[in-house]
Amino acid sequence: MREDIAFWEIEALRRGLLEGEFSSKELVALFLDRIERFKSLNAFVRLCDDAMKEAEKADVLLKDPVQRKRKPLLGIPVALKDVILTKGVTTTACSRILSNFLPPYSATVTTKLQEAGAIIIGKTNMDEFAMGSSNENSYFGAVKNPWDTERVPGGSSGGSAVCVSARLAPAALGSDTGGSIRQPASFCGVVGIKPTYGRVSRYGIVAFASSLDQVGTFAGTVKDAAEVMEVISGFDRNDSTSVEMEVPKYSASLTGDISGIRIGVPKEYFVGGIDAEVSDSIKKALTLFEKMGARIVDISLPHTEYALAVYYIIAPAEASSNLARYDGIRYGVRAEGANDLIDLYYKTRSEGFGPEVKRRIMLGTYVLSSGYYDAYYLKAQKVRALVAGDFKEAFDNQCDVIVCPVAPTTAFKLGDKVDDPVKMYLNDIFTIPVSLAGLPGLSLPCDFDSKGLPVGLQIVGNAFDEETVFKVAYAFECEAGLKGKHPKMVT
Amino acid sequence: MVSKEEVYKIAQLARIGITEEEAQRFSEELSSILDHVKKLDSVDVSSVEPMTHVHGSFNFFRSDRVEDSFPIEDVLANAPDTNGQFFKVPIIKG
Repeated sequence: MREDIAFWEIEALRRGLLEGEFSSKELVALFLDRIERFKSLNAFVRLCDDAMKEAEKADVLLKDPVQRKRKPLLGIPVALKDVILTKGVTTTACSRILSNFLPPYSATVTTKLQEAGAIIIGKTNMDEFAMGSSNENSYFGAVKNPWDTERVPGGSSGGSAVCVSARLAPAALGSDTGGSIRQPASFCGVVGIKPTYGRVSRYGIVAFASSLDQVGTFAGTVKDAAEVMEVISGFDRNDSTSVEMEVPKYSASLTGDISGIRIGVPKEYFVGGIDAEVSDSIKKALTLFEKMGARIVDISLPHTEYALAVYYIIAPAEASSNLARYDGIRYGVRAEGANDLIDLYYKTRSEGFGPEVKRRIMLGTYVLSSGYYDAYYLKAQKVRALVAGDFKEAFDNQCDVIVCPVAPTTAFKLGDKVDDPVKMYLNDIFTIPVSLAGLPGLSLPCDFDSKGLPVGLQIVGNAFDEETVFKVAYAFECEAGLKGKHPKMVT
Repeated sequence: MVSKEEVYKIAQLARIGITEEEAQRFSEELSSILDHVKKLDSVDVSSVEPMTHVHGSFNFFRSDRVEDSFPIEDVLANAPDTNGQFFKVPIIKG
């Protein structure tokens, strides 16, 4: 099978399958072969044993005139971040404590993909429990960036980002709590979208911080991302935070025309801490938007500087509560040699969690502990309301989307920031405010820096207005001419 | 500043066994993170209600109907130790 097919868009792959140019089995084999060949990137932690069998079934359905119309992803391989439950396929959140966990049920997004005909090809590497910005916190080792293997892919969904960047699958799902889809998408030069909080079901996702966690998509192009989001979005009775609202056909909004669209540019995102090259790339993109007929509006999100502090109270607080369930009793790895029950808890959790996860559980426990609750957690929830209020004001009165950087830098070197948690956390200053406000954010390649590393552009939309985000992203992608760029090592 | 004694107390609350060396490291790291968080002291929130849900609070209702749950064997399949239809734990107090 021709190698370049790995770089095709989903629509082209679908056409190839429907017209019998290749079978789903051949397509899955092509990607499995690439996964094996680029094993050193460490993007996958597990392959799905029955992917070939599922592809065979898809090949039968592809001949059925009803099924081939009904299933938009029929026969297309998709990868899942290892935080997403897959019935009968080990799911570990890349933690030692879950390293033997065989889920008795599948996440709603997994089921939705399967119902749409997608072949789940494997589980991707990630920071343990989705806590990290470099994918260096995985129990299964760090992931490498295909643009420069001495650099990190970003995190926490680093494996899914690399999977798409190296075309080890045409699309992959990830999860985003404070930037875990958008930042790795930016570092790896792919499209990544975190939808509005409540747009996609979180049922069957290993929880990190429940008021922030959202599942989203990595894909090679905006159109591919839109098509996968159409499949996984929507209300789910098993997740009471998912919202009962119709899911638009996102791919229909991709007209290429954005004349008259008002693009808000927050001044707080271009001061201090941002790399000059990144800042220049974003400004260049804004000029292009203007040329395309969009209106650039200067806006202010005055509470931006507090967002990181708010996040590092709320997310660890929720995590300390969510991760209390790992006790070595009902599932997961149990420590040996405990004297009694409480000793079992201490030993199991001490051996089962990695350093970053422990750090966040400790931090969360501290800010929630008696005497500190008002000063930290309650205060953070109030400032969170102010951060969200900034966005509301902008979308109510000034703009249709907000455009800003995804991260202050391009991909940094492995090991560069592991010794300084605060330095690592600063990676997320531009993605966290959007998460706190529960808004949709998309990361899109917009340029390359002088080292040849991709630079991401963030497009933020109003709540439940993914449509406009996709529309603006697609128009930019058409004009920017970066679509055919792939890391040298994988082409 | 989070002292080593405080770190031990938090670790106890979080049920995580830590070594002397970890206590020292956590004391430094938590202090430096909380230092950053101090920023929030300067924000006036006297007239702000804490956020409870990003899209406003709403209730989710479903009908009160008995439905199938997971078979016990499936639920116990991942347990490190079981006895019949139960999870097995070590002695409560050694």
